[in-house]
Amino acid sequence: MKADLIPSLYVFILAAFIGFEVIRRVSPLLHTPLMSLTNALDAIAVVGAIILAGEGKSELAKILGTIAIVAATSNIVGGFIITDRMLKMFKASKAPKQ
Amino acid sequence: MTNLVGGEYVIEVLYIIAAALFILSLKWLSSPATARRGVFAGEAGMFLAIVGTLFYKGIVDYKWIAIALVLGTIIGVPLGRVAMTAVPQRTALSHAFGALCVTLVGTAEFYLRTPNITKFMMSVLSLEVILGGLTITGSLMAAGKLQEVLPQRPITYKGQNIVNFAVLGAAVVIAVLLVQNPGRTELYPFMVLIALIFGVMLIVPIGGADMPTVISLLNSYAGLSAAAMGFVLDSKLLIVAGALDGASGFILSVNMSKAMNRSFTNVLFGGFGQLQTSAAAHEARPVRSATPEEAAAILAAANKVVVVPGYGMAVAQAQHKVRELYDALSKRGVDVTFGIHPVAGRMPGHMNVLLAEADIPYDKLLDMDQVNGDMPQTDVALVIGANDVTNPAARTDQSSPIYGMPIIDVDKAHTAMVIKRSMAPGFAGIDNPLYYLDNNLMLFGDAKAFVGNIVKELSGNSGGH
Repeated sequence: MKADLIPSLYVFILAAFIGFEVIRRVSPLLHTPLMSLTNALDAIAVVGAIILAGEGKSELAKILGTIAIVAATSNIVGGFIITDRMLKMFKASKAPKQ
Repeated sequence: MTNLVGGEYVIEVLYIIAAALFILSLKWLSSPATARRGVFAGEAGMFLAIVGTLFYKGIVDYKWIAIALVLGTIIGVPLGRVAMTAVPQRTALSHAFGALCVTLVGTAEFYLRTPNITKFMMSVLSLEVILGGLTITGSLMAAGKLQEVLPQRPITYKGQNIVNFAVLGAAVVIAVLLVQNPGRTELYPFMVLIALIFGVMLIVPIGGADMPTVISLLNSYAGLSAAAMGFVLDSKLLIVAGALDGASGFILSVNMSKAMNRSFTNVLFGGFGQLQTSAAAHEARPVRSATPEEAAAILAAANKVVVVPGYGMAVAQAQHKVRELYDALSKRGVDVTFGIHPVAGRMPGHMNVLLAEADIPYDKLLDMDQVNGDMPQTDVALVIGANDVTNPAARTDQSSPIYGMPIIDVDKAHTAMVIKRSMAPGFAGIDNPLYYLDNNLMLFGDAKAFVGNIVKELSGNSGGH
């Protein structure tokens, strides 16, 4: 596990830089959908919860993992739905050039 | 590094694809034209990652996973269908859910691994649950204030920051003790409990106007705690998602604090929400006011109108009337745009969503810098439900509590018009000198009714056109 510390740090630093560069370009128009979308993506934590609940190494892990899946799944489902609803409302005044 | 076998390679590859899709998702969000594709990329990445995880060979029991996935979906669907005015509290609530997931997983991992936890791992795990814990209660408090089930008024007392720091310090001390000896399981619940208490104390002094900053900050904390969880579980995908979320929250927090002229450290350490409410000695100064008929005539004669909406517009549910006003004026050839201050509304970008919902084209929604440059050539600046963000004292009066805050320069337009219920000072209790200027007209009344009356006047007159 210790050996993986350095690669993990690399991943974190690189992802943070990519995050800054990509998100800096998001128009202030879309800052609310940005927040609901990143929130949904963040709920990828569900994969950790699934393994906890599924491995069932202890009763506590099973219970906490299950609750954690509920919390994260509601963020995934709700976050994607509301982001898409918001983005659907943004229309250009003339026919969008595509 | 680790010895992966068969299926595990497949799962790892799916995770890598998911991470790439997450980055693409945010990249496509940069413009409204590609943004919905971004949501699709995010969904695809999420789907791949979850399906891949379900094939993880260590999973022995699917019953609870299935129940939890169904239950989460049942809760999530209504949370995705809330009204657009309720999006800020929904967002705060989802920060709490995200942090709850992270904190629970961290807690389970602690009890599974103790006492065989390396110092580094224990530090990261402590960071994960402290950030997670304070985000849970902090976000719930923020959601409660936004939903108005909790008092919106900031509650402050002397030495608040010192008390808050002491509480956070206590959590950190326990974390250090646990890092030194992860076997001391009796300490762990206290660390989580103190983090939860700290979250409440952090939000207690925050008023409604500071919510955009707070929500962004909590977003950042939620992301960082998820990234910490990625370190604990050695999940690169989670590290990537957490870093993206943390970066996003950080950028938005910096934007918001700039827009309110607070230093970022000031925001980070919870020093916000403490605008001194100067009991403004407002002597009765003369103001000029106008009726809907007069306002309609001035607007109809204009070439260029900038509407400056604030949260008051959303409270009065006036956005659809504003859209009718936009249509009526556009039909007459008046160039109507919207000047949106970064902290208008209750979260970053909230005002844009409300106006887009009312079917106002997004290319008419301009940010502060875009409208300020054209303000001297603007005939009418119409302020609806905004106050402090138009206060010229922020530019000129060094003694003003909002001095230095960037504002929308409506006073530089040929005519400024402000729809307002009465002359009572706004939320922050700061007098607005704009109202006494010669080129300003006060339009007294409810925003929705007043805009409706202007629209009626405009459409009535166009009959004889």
